[in-house]
Amino acid sequence: MAVHKVLGTETEYGISVRPSRDFNPALASAQLVNSYPGRRVRVQWSYEEESPGRDARGFGHEGYGVADPEGALVNAVLSNGARLYVDHAHPEYSGPECFDALEGALYDKAGEMIMFRAAAATTELLQTGQRMSLYKNNSDGKGNSYGAHENYLLSRETPFGDVIRFATTFFVTRQIFTGAGKVGAENGRPETGFQITQRADFFEEEVGLETTLKRPIVNTRDEPHGDPSKYRRLHVIIGDANLSEVQIFLKLGATALFLAALEDGALPDPLDLADPVEACWRASHDLTLRRPLELDGGGTATALELQWRYHDWLKKYVEGELADDEVAVRVIDTWEGILSDLETDPRRIADRLDWAAKLRLLEGYIERDGLSWADPKLKALDIQYHDVDPGRSLYRHLTARGQIRRLFTDDEIQRAETFPPERTRAYFRGTCVSRFPGSLVAANWDSLVFDTGESHLKRVPMMEPLRGDRLRVGALLDSVDDAAGLIAALGGH
Amino acid sequence: MAEREKVRRPKEAERPDVDEDTAALRAEADDRKLDELLDEIDQVLEENSEEFVKNYIQKGGE
Repeated sequence: MAVHKVLGTETEYGISVRPSRDFNPALASAQLVNSYPGRRVRVQWSYEEESPGRDARGFGHEGYGVADPEGALVNAVLSNGARLYVDHAHPEYSGPECFDALEGALYDKAGEMIMFRAAAATTELLQTGQRMSLYKNNSDGKGNSYGAHENYLLSRETPFGDVIRFATTFFVTRQIFTGAGKVGAENGRPETGFQITQRADFFEEEVGLETTLKRPIVNTRDEPHGDPSKYRRLHVIIGDANLSEVQIFLKLGATALFLAALEDGALPDPLDLADPVEACWRASHDLTLRRPLELDGGGTATALELQWRYHDWLKKYVEGELADDEVAVRVIDTWEGILSDLETDPRRIADRLDWAAKLRLLEGYIERDGLSWADPKLKALDIQYHDVDPGRSLYRHLTARGQIRRLFTDDEIQRAETFPPERTRAYFRGTCVSRFPGSLVAANWDSLVFDTGESHLKRVPMMEPLRGDRLRVGALLDSVDDAAGLIAALGGH
Repeated sequence: MAEREKVRRPKEAERPDVDEDTAALRAEADDRKLDELLDEIDQVLEENSEEFVKNYIQKGGE
């Protein structure tokens, strides 16, 4: 039986300060995190609980520790349950644990506004005329890529070999609806004017632990952030950061359903590709969506045809297992609409998918101004599509004119900047940030550490992602006045 | 394995044909909307595209 698919997103943002002659991205990112004006606590992130070097295939890696111990100093936990910090040379927003894909999309969008407010506050501190800008994209167009990761809770009983076997083709082919679009090719891939994804060019292995070089289609990092005897947590690194709300919803929703069906043995065939790494960039470079990919054992199919297969299997799965789950039903409907329109004419999808919206815009400029794909203006437009500043973001200009569909109101997103999801342990974490900011000294996904003024710090473990929700701890949190009261009420001493 | 080669496209038959005149009108309306949008975007575009793109360098990550 599949475990409930608690999920979340982890997004690194592109950062720049202009004009600047000695721009230092790590320093700028630290400044950004420290300037965020919303409710948050700067904490020590309890690194000892993290194990990025643990491999789901069953082996550990020596020396795979914390790459940037100084980053531990620039770490904030937000009242919405998220983590805002510096990862290498980028600011990263790791959203709170969400109950479903709709909530996951909402908190991913909240991250953009949190980054915007932090950048605006940092700009106030810069020299006159300087401005900090942040971009929710995944490539600088010069061979440097930074991640937009997703995570999904899995049962520890699910053999990781099955995940590798079944998920590879799903991840490669879902790119047709997860891509944010990019001008040009990188990392030695064949030249192209425009491609569907930002990230495909950077994937060079089928399976592996790496995230920064020789990126694998299936990442084996084994950090359950919960009871390790019960859970895995699949770390998905093959995806783009998206602006389109519908697209984030579909990306998270289809993947969560896929993984649930995999755990329940409801996927009839792994649909093995002959060469997944090659198929990865080929699918991204194919704007016609009609070029066949070679299947292992002979025959061919397009990414779109393979996605129809997954859609049909999961539609049946939802009808059988999740008929009362409104979000799951909505995922299937959204998916069907998008695949149908991709099949008829990708231009019809410009109101739902970033890559198609961006392509429509760029082709408009090409036609109006007589530009070639090599024109820097198109690359500039590509980058600016992702600017988190609502005044500069080209995505926002499209939504303001009703040319990209939305799922949320600005008010709903603003609320999610401050308040946590209520059906996961993010509720406990976020509420503690709001209520007891002065007592919270360290945090991790599965614990909080309080200083209640006594000789010992008090650690509250949170090993169950679905506990610590409002239903279980709301009344308890409301009934206490301070962190000492909380620890006493939880039965600690 | 043969089954895999016959990957079907289930939705093709179910979709009604789009009337050509309607499609043309829709395309025309979309062109107009796009033109207005491009004019608006011209006002907020980074001034020196070449410089902007050249300076957008993002090293390290993940």
